[in-house]
Amino acid sequence: MEHQQSKSFPISHVIGFVASLVLTFAAAGIALKTNLSFKVIMWIIGSLAVIQAGMQLFMFMHLREGEDGKTNLINMIYAVFMVIVIVVGSIWVLTSGHAAH
Amino acid sequence: MGIKWDEFFITGDPLILGSQIAILLTMIGAVAAITYLKKWKYLWTEWLTTVDHKKIGIMYIISAVLMFFRGGMDGLLMKAQTSQPEMEFLNSQHYNEIFTTHGVIMILFMAMPFLIGLMNVVIPLQIGARDVAFPQLNALSFWLFFSGAMLFNISFVIGGSPDAGWTSYFPLAGKEFSPGIGNNYYAVALQIAGIGTLMSGINFIVTILKMRTKGMTLMKMPMFSWTTFVTSILIVAAFPIFTVALALMTFDRLYGTHFFTVSGGGMDMLWANLFWLWGHPEVYIVALPAFGIFSEVIATFSRKSLFGYKSMVFSILGIALLSMVVWVHHFYTMGSGPAVNSFFSITTMAIAIPTGVKMFNWLFTMRKGRIKFTSAMLWALAFVPCFVIGGVTGVMLAMGAADYQYHNTLFLVAHFHYVLIPGVVFAVFAGLYYWWPKMFGFMLNEKIGKWHFWLFVIGFNVTFMPMFFLGLNGAVRRAYTYSAESGFEPLFLLSAIGSIILAAGFAVFCYNIYWSIRYADRNISSDPWDARTLEWSTASPVQFYNFAKLPEVKSLDPFWHMKKKNEGLTLHDSEIEEIHMPSNSWLPIYMGVIFGIAGFFLVFEWHIAAAVAAIGIFAGLIIRSFDYNEGFHVTKDEIHRIENAWRKTEGEVHDHVS
Ligand code: HEM
Ligand SMILES: [Cu+2]
Repeated sequence: MEHQQSKSFPISHVIGFVASLVLTFAAAGIALKTNLSFKVIMWIIGSLAVIQAGMQLFMFMHLREGEDGKTNLINMIYAVFMVIVIVVGSIWVLTSGHAAH
Repeated sequence: MGIKWDEFFITGDPLILGSQIAILLTMIGAVAAITYLKKWKYLWTEWLTTVDHKKIGIMYIISAVLMFFRGGMDGLLMKAQTSQPEMEFLNSQHYNEIFTTHGVIMILFMAMPFLIGLMNVVIPLQIGARDVAFPQLNALSFWLFFSGAMLFNISFVIGGSPDAGWTSYFPLAGKEFSPGIGNNYYAVALQIAGIGTLMSGINFIVTILKMRTKGMTLMKMPMFSWTTFVTSILIVAAFPIFTVALALMTFDRLYGTHFFTVSGGGMDMLWANLFWLWGHPEVYIVALPAFGIFSEVIATFSRKSLFGYKSMVFSILGIALLSMVVWVHHFYTMGSGPAVNSFFSITTMAIAIPTGVKMFNWLFTMRKGRIKFTSAMLWALAFVPCFVIGGVTGVMLAMGAADYQYHNTLFLVAHFHYVLIPGVVFAVFAGLYYWWPKMFGFMLNEKIGKWHFWLFVIGFNVTFMPMFFLGLNGAVRRAYTYSAESGFEPLFLLSAIGSIILAAGFAVFCYNIYWSIRYADRNISSDPWDARTLEWSTASPVQFYNFAKLPEVKSLDPFWHMKKKNEGLTLHDSEIEEIHMPSNSWLPIYMGVIFGIAGFFLVFEWHIAAAVAAIGIFAGLIIRSFDYNEGFHVTKDEIHRIENAWRKTEGEVHDHVS
């Protein structure tokens, strides 16, 4: 079955790729071509980024494959840890104390 | 197209002119020698296109030794410049460039490839595999590293070196303050090399998870395999951060974006933040494999199995986890406020706990052992006290409040050399003396090895111990000179003398390689140290398929038990089967070259030329996608012939200790 799948047309990859492009250009368009306030823009493009990350997870990252859930579980815990460290950590470090000014 | 043609080659400095001539002569000499000896074909088929992990490892190590030479020269030049107050040997710009290239080269092009080289040689053997999981990807990793390293190295003769420190902090590293192309080299060359490193990380994770031989559970793996595994996870966790940060830097410098600039809404400290999010794990990426090497060496030469195996594994995991959450200790002085600084002080100090566990485990391994003072073991012994000095001063620096005093002084420079040199350089020397016979079938000379050891260790301490005191007295880092009134002169002079002793040690090391290649005994056992792990159960140098029959593992220190019980050492004709091996490929070196060319154009901001070269990159990718080469089979006859050549009597492993 594994083999079968790899031979068929990788439709989910193509959809994922096109959708990623659309979401990226949408974000760039909103940031560069609209007159919304800074805050609104940040929220919109931030949300688009999260949507895109989630979508890529499903389309590219083999989330729905694998014999047992263990590997996926470890990968998810790892990913969540990295996101917390990198994103939350950076925001915390760069927005507290004197660094904020 | 920012560059003027008359600035293409750096001119006007006698030191650089000398290097340019030396580089040219070396290149002409090398080409002439290879042509004269008719070795082009040999070089191409045996080395440049190889996918054999052992040969790739050796190429990594050779590059690393060369880079050590380059980085060491930089170090000596700096020491010469500061040996006297108001010295006029290097000007400030030149000093800036030298400490920048020194730092980058030592960490990314010396420490990393040296360790990855040893991993390449040893890991598949230790876990009883015939190669890494993706042999061709492994070759690609090497060539991308090599390409990045060469691109970075030519900067000082073509176009000018980066000069904003190995940390390349913004805003200094941005276009407004560093308009030359020097810092483009940093952004592009490190990107290329970094892609290679990331691939190595993935490759070793898969290799270790999927290719262990029968019976080798994770908790029966040798310690070097464990540290390599955890290091690879750290590489995969941390390097993408650097990749992204470098990409943003490239956009800032080449295409006018404002991610890190002061103007236009950029955030300069974001660079520092991202840099150290990668940079701190990076120092553990180089330290952990080194710990693994010491574990192997100490166990072998204490003739005991490693004390506290489980606690070793857990402390490696603990160190790796903590190393992801300490990065702010590099910029406490940015002033993030008490909550942030306290948090990161605590996490940083906590790293001392698992590290201490490892120290005690090594000491207990030696306790009551019958220690053999070989060169490899001497490095491991010297590592313990020297690294403790580095570690303890690290805990001093970890205290956010106190760091306001130490920050940017030579105290810090002394600290990190006290962790990096014992933690990495001693380790790779130990590993090289230890595994040399496995790689080449002869040993490095032990007597010359002891000269190398003593000169290097004494030189190292004399060079860097004074820097602690200079730093406490207020000598700042990255300063090209100081006044006579500062009173720094005696210690700076002492430190410079130390660096000469250090250099003498390195010279003896090079002489040892030369001597051993020419004169060392070729007729040695395949297990000269009476060692414990599987790499010693096969021939030296290792046959290209590693194991005629894959070994079966029942316990820790498998080879030791095989020798004790006289099990599994012999090979019967009936056990020989055909072996499937991957074929050589020209693609990895092609990709290295084309990446180098595209990168070079990008450095000079010749965008169209870079885009054209990038087509070559895509061509390589496409060719690889349609590459259906399935490798080849080694016939039973050939295996038979090769195995008979090294097995002394009827299929027995040589087990004498010379
Ligand atoms: C072989 C002998 C070595 C000597 C004589 C030496 C000497 C020096 C000196 C004088 C500095 C600059 C101090 C200043 O700020 O003015 C320096 C910086 C540095 N060294 Fe070394 N070093 C040696 C080996 C190493 C090794 C093995 C590593 C890493 C594995 C290393 C990594 C660094 C780094 C990262 C910097 C900071 C560069 C910067 O400020 O951007 N060094 N070294
Ligand atoms: Cu750090």
